[in-house]
Amino acid sequence: MDELYRDQILEHYKRPHHFGRLDDYDLDFEDTNPFCGDEQHVFIKLDDDGRVSEVSFEGQGCAISTAATSLLTDELTGMTREELLRLPKETVLELLGIEISATRMKCAMLGLKVIKSASLGEPADWEDEGEEGDPAEAGVV
Amino acid sequence: MASSTPETVAPQSHGLDIERIRNAFPTLSRMIGDEPLVYLDSGASAQRVLASIEAVDRYERRHHANVHRGSHTLSGEATDAYEGARATVADHLGARDRREIVFVRNATEAINLVARAWGGANVGAGDRIVLTEMEHHSNIVPWQQLAAASGAAIDWVGVDDRGELIREELEAALAREPKLVAVTHISNVLGTLNPIAEIASMAHDAGALILVDGAQAMPKTAIDVAELDVDFYAVTGHKAYGPTGIGALWTRLELLRAMPPFLGGGSMIRKVTTEGFTSADPPAKFEAGTPAIAQAIGLAAATRWLDMVGMDSVLAHEREIAAYSLERLAEVPGLRVFGPPASPDRVGPVSFEVDGIHPHDVAEILDRHGVAVRAGHHCAQPLMQRLGIAATARASFGVYTTTGEIDRFIDAIGDAKRVFGV
Repeated sequence: MDELYRDQILEHYKRPHHFGRLDDYDLDFEDTNPFCGDEQHVFIKLDDDGRVSEVSFEGQGCAISTAATSLLTDELTGMTREELLRLPKETVLELLGIEISATRMKCAMLGLKVIKSASLGEPADWEDEGEEGDPAEAGVV
Repeated sequence: MASSTPETVAPQSHGLDIERIRNAFPTLSRMIGDEPLVYLDSGASAQRVLASIEAVDRYERRHHANVHRGSHTLSGEATDAYEGARATVADHLGARDRREIVFVRNATEAINLVARAWGGANVGAGDRIVLTEMEHHSNIVPWQQLAAASGAAIDWVGVDDRGELIREELEAALAREPKLVAVTHISNVLGTLNPIAEIASMAHDAGALILVDGAQAMPKTAIDVAELDVDFYAVTGHKAYGPTGIGALWTRLELLRAMPPFLGGGSMIRKVTTEGFTSADPPAKFEAGTPAIAQAIGLAAATRWLDMVGMDSVLAHEREIAAYSLERLAEVPGLRVFGPPASPDRVGPVSFEVDGIHPHDVAEILDRHGVAVRAGHHCAQPLMQRLGIAATARASFGVYTTTGEIDRFIDAIGDAKRVFGV
């Protein structure tokens, strides 16, 4: 079996969960991965207690970004906006269950970034860790 | 709009000694994991030719000093080398006078220089600028900035389904009497070699000047700015086997003299007082601050190496590799190529998509086989929009690319299809 493109990843890529647009939603946000032009638009419906009752996403992306967001949408029901904002990146990495290289980290985190931005109503302050330009890698040559 | 060059691509007619050429590029001996590197990303940045690496090294070890300043031996040597580099690049581009070459950081900066300095002085509210849908962002955004600052409007020339510029749309745009046409010599996505001499003649007939983005063209085809009869030509070093951080703008001397300066600072002045300054003569007028001396010398060395190989042979090789790639890619089921079919006006890059696999994933799996391609929008989002896609995978070639490498590239695509079950 392929280390990166495991069956679970390919399954979520080919048949993403919660894919499409909600007719009725309270929060939404669209963002792109400027590196490759991928786009994701997330829609969130909140119940009377302010907790996520429905979530969906649409857009075009690679296997990693699509699977990451698909997996994440399975976990969000019942969360408050504050809880969404506190979601750590590790959650996404654990859901993916695969080693994500620095160059693919942006793909893996696009959905989380869009979900946090939707919760905030503005672009989330974001710094990708371990990606290009990591000072620890400066001595590689 | 294809130009009328001969119809046949003569295979092996150029007589490049490919093994000898490859030996001139140290990076090509790299292994990626267990696989020898197949570098198909020269359109993003070409590998560095040894002659250029060594020229930079010699300069850094023995001759470095600031240029045009010290009255000492090293400064004199550095100045000679830097100005010699200018003369080399001027010769290579067919300039009448070396002072028509302004060294800049890259083609992007060259275009920004024209947009700010020439555009700022010559383009006003209601004026029009013509761009094409196949431009790189570097030949779009500076004009959008100029349009926003000046109140000028932009007219777009579309790309047809073959991947060529639509002549009728160019004619319609020219009928509105634009100030400038800005067009790429070779598309960095479609591999279309545009008929620049013809477009320049049409632009001039309409009273417009023409700027050509030559970033992709410089490593692939001979450039003669006089024969093309253009007004501005922008190139970058690192796509032509030279270093990063160096590019050049060619413009006629009379235009350079009439243009206001771009960046202000040292070197670009004749005199500074507390009241103000007067500008130096071109090209110094446009080269504020200490320039990228070593990089200019590195660019000149790469240019001399290309001239030694011969640009006719280089272009013949590029056409042959592009045609072979198109032939092999056509054998892959579910694969779609963007850009014109094989012809003398079809060079690299070759952009493509594979059904059911995102370009980024194609690139990831190719990398496992040592095959380096780029995935993404290639800084050409208006073109992506025209093609109705967000991204492509792109294989771009160099003077060192072999048909054997293309075979490995095709095999690696087969593996990507296997992994994704498509």
